Amino acid sequence: MEIKEDAIRKQRHFKDLPTPYLQALIRCAHLQTFAAHDFVFKLGGKAEAFYLIQSGTVAIEMFSSQRGSVRIQTLHEGDLLGWSWLYPPYKWHFDAQALEESQILVFDAKAFLEQCETDHEMGYLIQRRFGQMMVERLQATRLQLLDFYGDQK
Amino acid sequence: MSPALLPEVWRISDFRWETPQTFSLSCEKPEVQTRVQTLNPFRPGQFNMLYVFGVGEVPISISGSPENTSAQIHTIRKVGAVTNALAELKPGQSLGIRGPFGSAWPLHKAKGKDLVIVAGGLGLAPVRPVIYAALAMRSEIRSLTLLYGARQHAEILYADELLSWQTGAEIAVHITLDQATQSWQGRVGVVTSLIQAQDLDADRTLALICGPEIMMRYSAHTFLEKGLKPEQIYVSLERNMQCAVGFCGHCQYGPHFICKDGPVFRYDKVQSLLNTREV
Repeated sequence: MEIKEDAIRKQRHFKDLPTPYLQALIRCAHLQTFAAHDFVFKLGGKAEAFYLIQSGTVAIEMFSSQRGSVRIQTLHEGDLLGWSWLYPPYKWHFDAQALEESQILVFDAKAFLEQCETDHEMGYLIQRRFGQMMVERLQATRLQLLDFYGDQK
Repeated sequence: MSPALLPEVWRISDFRWETPQTFSLSCEKPEVQTRVQTLNPFRPGQFNMLYVFGVGEVPISISGSPENTSAQIHTIRKVGAVTNALAELKPGQSLGIRGPFGSAWPLHKAKGKDLVIVAGGLGLAPVRPVIYAALAMRSEIRSLTLLYGARQHAEILYADELLSWQTGAEIAVHITLDQATQSWQGRVGVVTSLIQAQDLDADRTLALICGPEIMMRYSAHTFLEKGLKPEQIYVSLERNMQCAVGFCGHCQYGPHFICKDGPVFRYDKVQSLLNTREV
């Protein structure tokens, strides 16, 4: 199935990405359907892809033997999923599980990184966008840690 | 003594637990029941001073409908001596009430606009009256959205009402939790993620925010990132309000008295103060 540029531009960090770079992303992508409860990836697995959710909901969870799976965050249409493919040890640090049937663009990280090696400008722009997403997730996590709805405001 | 400083004796007509620590008191004026007086009218966003005889007085936002002419509802979290005493009151018992006080949400500015209401935790209580009022004038508002963040599933306020709104077409309701178990099938994440996910027409949006101050600050930042101007954002602040009429100075916040000039402020009026820790 052909992947349209609009499918990637719906991600707000990618909406202003130059067309040649969008095309480079498309060359590494395929659309995959995950059924409810399917794992997109599991803790400790090799991080060889990144994901852009087209529809549905994916939960980021961490398993603890005492508490079971703890849900950290949910991701939705237009959200990017996964950055462990960018940095050693290239392994997933969390589980990602579809909570409902979800259509997800799956990007082959190795193939994309190879393109970035030959086009550093593209690599830089993509790195910046993932960096922005990571900052936002870190800030959101810090806010969650504040537990500001509790009694201790 | 000024009527504003003299509590009137009201009666509890209904008591209900909303969450394990939060409850709602419906209060009615005995004279209203005998048609001698009318209920003190309030505007959404205003608060009353609730007085437990012999214990003390606390400012509590009015959380019911402004069109309810028989009772005023106050939603309260048990956090101290007075609120613990309020939690012990039973229907038929009396309490003192002064009010209503303070500024209101600028609902008139929502006409023809997209109204986005953001509430966090107990902050849903002070915005519920404005939701009722917005629903009453729904045809004049282009779109109406409630973004609500809560700590846990058990701490979602007015859960039944939120569900009924979610299943209707008048208001879009999005809820996110900071902490969730596997049984929760909704969103997990901070309330700002709900704002981020909205496709806003920045020029036509009016944002009302109520919740813990940090949450309001980050929510306002997110609206600014989405292109809103500070003049399109309103927040409801909370301080140590005691006299409620701007005499005592306990709730002074820079050049403002929260009780008299607030609690609802246009964001540009308090934006710099929210980042000043000495205030």
